[in-house]
Amino acid sequence: MAPKTLFEKVWDAHLVEAETPETPAILYIDLQLIHEVTSPQAFTELRARGLKIRRPDRTLATMDHSTPTLPRTNGRFPFVDAQAEAQVNQLYANAAEFGVELHGLAEGQNGVVHVLGPELGATQPGMTVVCGDSHTATHGAFGALAFGIGTSEVGHVLATQCLLQRKPRTIAVRVDGALAKGVSAKDVILAIIAKLGVGGGTGHVIEYLGPAIRGLSMEGRMTLCNMSIEAGARAGLVAPDDVTFQWLAGRPKAPQGAAWDRAVAAWRKLPSDEGATYDREITLDGSRIEPMITFGTNPGQGIPVSGIVPDPAAAGDAQARATLENALRYMGLAPGRPIRGQKVDVVFVGSCTNGRLEDLREAARVMKGRKVKVRSLVVPGSHAVKRAAEAEGLDRIFKDAGAEWREPGCSMCIAMNGDHIERGQYCVSTSNRNFEGRQGAGGRTLLASPATAAAAAVTGAVEDPRRLEVA
Amino acid sequence: MEPIKIIESRTVVLPQENVDTDQIIPARFLKVTDKKGLGKALFSDWRYAPDGTPKPDFVLNRPETQGAWVLVAGDNFGCGSSREHAPWALVDHGFQAVISTRIADIFRNNSLKNGLLPIVIDPASHAKLLAAPGATVRVDLEARTLALPDGSKVEFPIDAFSRYCLLNGVDELGFLLSKQDAIAAYERARVA
Repeated sequence: MAPKTLFEKVWDAHLVEAETPETPAILYIDLQLIHEVTSPQAFTELRARGLKIRRPDRTLATMDHSTPTLPRTNGRFPFVDAQAEAQVNQLYANAAEFGVELHGLAEGQNGVVHVLGPELGATQPGMTVVCGDSHTATHGAFGALAFGIGTSEVGHVLATQCLLQRKPRTIAVRVDGALAKGVSAKDVILAIIAKLGVGGGTGHVIEYLGPAIRGLSMEGRMTLCNMSIEAGARAGLVAPDDVTFQWLAGRPKAPQGAAWDRAVAAWRKLPSDEGATYDREITLDGSRIEPMITFGTNPGQGIPVSGIVPDPAAAGDAQARATLENALRYMGLAPGRPIRGQKVDVVFVGSCTNGRLEDLREAARVMKGRKVKVRSLVVPGSHAVKRAAEAEGLDRIFKDAGAEWREPGCSMCIAMNGDHIERGQYCVSTSNRNFEGRQGAGGRTLLASPATAAAAAVTGAVEDPRRLEVA
Repeated sequence: MEPIKIIESRTVVLPQENVDTDQIIPARFLKVTDKKGLGKALFSDWRYAPDGTPKPDFVLNRPETQGAWVLVAGDNFGCGSSREHAPWALVDHGFQAVISTRIADIFRNNSLKNGLLPIVIDPASHAKLLAAPGATVRVDLEARTLALPDGSKVEFPIDAFSRYCLLNGVDELGFLLSKQDAIAAYERARVA
C-alpha cells in the first residue's frame, strides 16, 4: 500500500462517499463544537425544515465570544448590550430544544470553545472536528483533522453529521533543531506565517513536523495549530505521540480502561508513513527563531522583537509596497526603526491561541514581583484553566502586578463582549489576529507570545522577554 | 437561493490585498441571531467615520459605484474568520460576484452557499479589471467564462457540483439529506 500522510489517513477513514468529478466527497464529522455567534441561524434553518440533530452525542456547545469576563453584579451578568445577552439566551434555548450538551455561562462551565473541547477530552486523535470558527484548527494538535466552517455548514453537520468537501492539498512545515530558551510555540507559528504569507496555505492542510515540533507540549502544539488559518490553511496537524496520550488520559470524555488501550493502539498508527509525500514542503531552523511580534495588520507581518520595521521602499513590487504602506499608516509606525521600545497602551493575555495554563505560567514568570505600567488584562481560557491557575497562585501574581484577572472568554481577542481597546491605542496581545479594528475600532494590535506580552506590560513598551527573565 | 446563469454588471474595485472578514463586517455586528439587513454594516469601518457619516472617499460611497454588483478585490480576499456574516453582508448589499486572484477557502465556501459567485482569475486579467473601475463585465456561469471590458474572455474554475447548485438554485443540504442511507451505513460500519 502506498505510504500515506496523517491527513490522508484521517480523510480516508471519514469518507462516506469519495469525491468524483461531479460531486464532492461526503466527509463524516466525529465532533461538532457549537458557540453562540455562528450557530443561531443554523438552528433556525433546522427548525424551518423540521429537522432534528442527527447526533446530539457528537455535538458540544459552549458560549465564549459575546460573554462578559466580569462576574455577576447584583445577580446579573454585565453583558455589553441586550443583543449579546439575547444571543447567549438563544443558545440556551437551542441547546434545550435540540438536546445538545451545553457548557453554559450561568453554570460557570463555559470556556473558549477551543480550550474547553480538548480539556474535556472531547478532541481525540484521528477524529474529524468542525466548529463555526476558523480557529478550529487548534484541535489538529491532537492529530485530528479540524477546521472552521460557516453557519450553513454548521447546519449541514447538525442535520447529517456530514460535510461536502473537496480534498485539500498538503504542506509539510518542518521545524528542525531545538528552540532557544525563551522561545515559545507562538514565536514559531508567527515565524512560519511570516515565511508562508497570510494566503500561502490557501487550499492546503499543514502538517507540522520535526524535532522542534515534537518537543512542544500539547499547549504549545495547540497554539501552533490554532494559527494555521492565519497562513490561509484551514487545518494544521501534529502527529499524536506519548505527549498527546499522556495529556488526554483520564479526561472526562476520553476513552477509559480497555477502550483507552484500544484507542491508543489505533492512534499509534496515525502518524505519516515513511515515504509519504506532500504537495509542498518548507523547512525552518528552529534554533534561529527568536521571540516574534507583528508590526502590521495581518499575522504574516511579523518580525523578531529585536528586528526593524520594514521599509515599503524595499518591497518587491508595487502591490507589496502598497500593502506595507497601508499597514504602517494604520499602525502609525515608521519604517526602518526598531520595534523594540515602541510604546504600548494595553496588554492582553488570553484567547484560544494563548489562554491555557502554560501560557498563563509563562506570563506570570515575567510579571512576578513587577508592576504593570499599562492596562493589562489576563483572561483564562476556561474555568478549569482559571481554577488551576488560582491553585498555583498565578492569579495573585497578576493581581499583585496590577493586572486584571478575569472570567473565561474570548474577550479582547475579538472585542465583541465589551472588552476592547480605544482608537489609536497599541495593544500587545497574545491573540491571533492583528487585523484593523480587531480589538476595537481604530485599535492597533501587535501579536506576540505570553512572555513578550507580559514584558510589554511591565515595561510599557515592546520588549524582549529574555532581557527580563531571571535565570 | 435564486438560480444564477448570467451576471452582467459594472464593477466596484477594491484593490487592497488580504481584505479580511473583520473588514468586510466587524465583529461587533455579529451579535445578531438572524441574517437580515447586514448590508448596512458592510465594510463599516472603512465606509463610515466614527460618528456614522459616510466617508466620501470610500469606494462604496461614490456615486459611480451605485448599482454596481461585481466586486473586484485584491489578492487573498476574505481571509480570516469563518463568519458567514461576510457573504450575507455582501449579498444583502447587492453584490452577486467577487473577483480576485485568490479567495480564502472558508469565505469561498460560504459565498457559494449564498449565491455569491467567487471568481478566481489570473493576475494579468485581474490587472485589466483593476485598471478599469466601473467597467461592465459579463459572467456566464454555464460556460464558466468572464468577459472582460476589452472584449476578451477568461475562464474561471468552479467545481461541477457548486456550479450545478448555483445554476439551479438548489442547496447542498438537500443533497446531503438524500444521502441518509449511505451515512447510516457508514455509521454502522465505522462508528462505535
